[in-house]
Amino acid sequence: MSTETLEKVIEKKPAEPLFSKRRKKLVTDPLIDDNPITIQVLGICSALAVTTQLKPTLVMAISVIFVIALANFVISIMRNTIPARVRIIVQLAVVATLVTLVSEILKAFAYDMYKELSVFIGLIITNCIVMGRLEAFAMGNKPYDSILDGLGSALGYSWIILTVAFFRELLGSGSVFGIPVYSYISSLFGPDFKLATNGLMVSPVGAFIILGLIVWVQRTKTGYVEH
Amino acid sequence: MELFSLGIRSIFIDNMIFAYFLGMCSFLAVSKKVSTAVGLGAAVVFVLGVTVPLNWILNEFVLKEGALTWVSASLLTIDLSFLRFIMFIAVIAGTVQLVEMIIEKFSPALYGQLGIFLPLIAVNCAILGGGLFMAQRDYTLAESGVYGFGSGLGFMLAIVLLAAIRERLKYSQVPDGLKGLGITMLLTGLMGIAFMSFMGIDL
Repeated sequence: MSTETLEKVIEKKPAEPLFSKRRKKLVTDPLIDDNPITIQVLGICSALAVTTQLKPTLVMAISVIFVIALANFVISIMRNTIPARVRIIVQLAVVATLVTLVSEILKAFAYDMYKELSVFIGLIITNCIVMGRLEAFAMGNKPYDSILDGLGSALGYSWIILTVAFFRELLGSGSVFGIPVYSYISSLFGPDFKLATNGLMVSPVGAFIILGLIVWVQRTKTGYVEH
Repeated sequence: MELFSLGIRSIFIDNMIFAYFLGMCSFLAVSKKVSTAVGLGAAVVFVLGVTVPLNWILNEFVLKEGALTWVSASLLTIDLSFLRFIMFIAVIAGTVQLVEMIIEKFSPALYGQLGIFLPLIAVNCAILGGGLFMAQRDYTLAESGVYGFGSGLGFMLAIVLLAAIRERLKYSQVPDGLKGLGITMLLTGLMGIAFMSFMGIDL
């Protein structure tokens, strides 16, 4: 009996390497080809409101990476015990707990940032990417894969909002990460020269237009056409 | 009068979509047909109008610092506001379930059209956002009712307008890469510029 089980263990397929090709694809696919924002059209809600400056956007991106990866992990561990009928509530409870954690950490260590992001940290709960990944991936896959999948989607989200924030901060306030780029450039051309900032970019409208243009560029490159 | 101007403000000036980007997911996904957009808009108006006052009651009597004094005076120092996210979302999910059952019963056609987006109202940022803004701005019960209802109407207005434009857009030639999300974002931007003109109104 004991030798039999031993043999079975040996006969088992060799474990998949930690970074096999399939797993790498889990992370890299959502970056460009299957980007959550530009292709799947998810998670736009909370993404745009914080993108007037790069710094809060970076904090937001890190929080989202943390929440998605961990939520995917937790749900994936519990996937066989969650009854299908109440799964949305269970998922929301897990995500809300993680977001509360992030919000309390920010409150304790970066109070100014917490004030600036205000309700938008809380709105990570309703970020469609989180729920989308939980439903589509974590409910049917192993924990480690789920973490990778969550990381991929969150990174795909992060680079888009950071790009939006870069253009909005540069064109709207003339700075990058708070460094006043416009005034440096202006000083090169003498005292009378001044680069004008575009107030429209600071307003919500700027975010819509910048994101629309990024989507255009990105989809032209990947050749994705929506019908 | 105060309440009236708050209502107008939440519909036009602090519009959920154009000023705060809340509820963008369903805004983009369900705005292909006017009739569906009206249905979703009405559901959002109802859910926001109900959940914001409900959450106000919850916040005022359970979650706020010192809110539990009605139970016993010794609970004065208890501050449960860190539970706000989880409690608000629970109230919202419950209400949405209720709305779903009501719509399924009385209008199966609308239920079929809304499809997956009905349960997704629970994760519509506009609903949770409404609750969180209400808590942040310290509204009274009456104000939170008006605010919830008004911002719901603002969302409905935006989504119906966009759906109307997109129905027309089907007949125009859009570059391949811009089709769908791209052109919709640019459109929303232009509509946002139009809505910015309301900002000048002093209420």
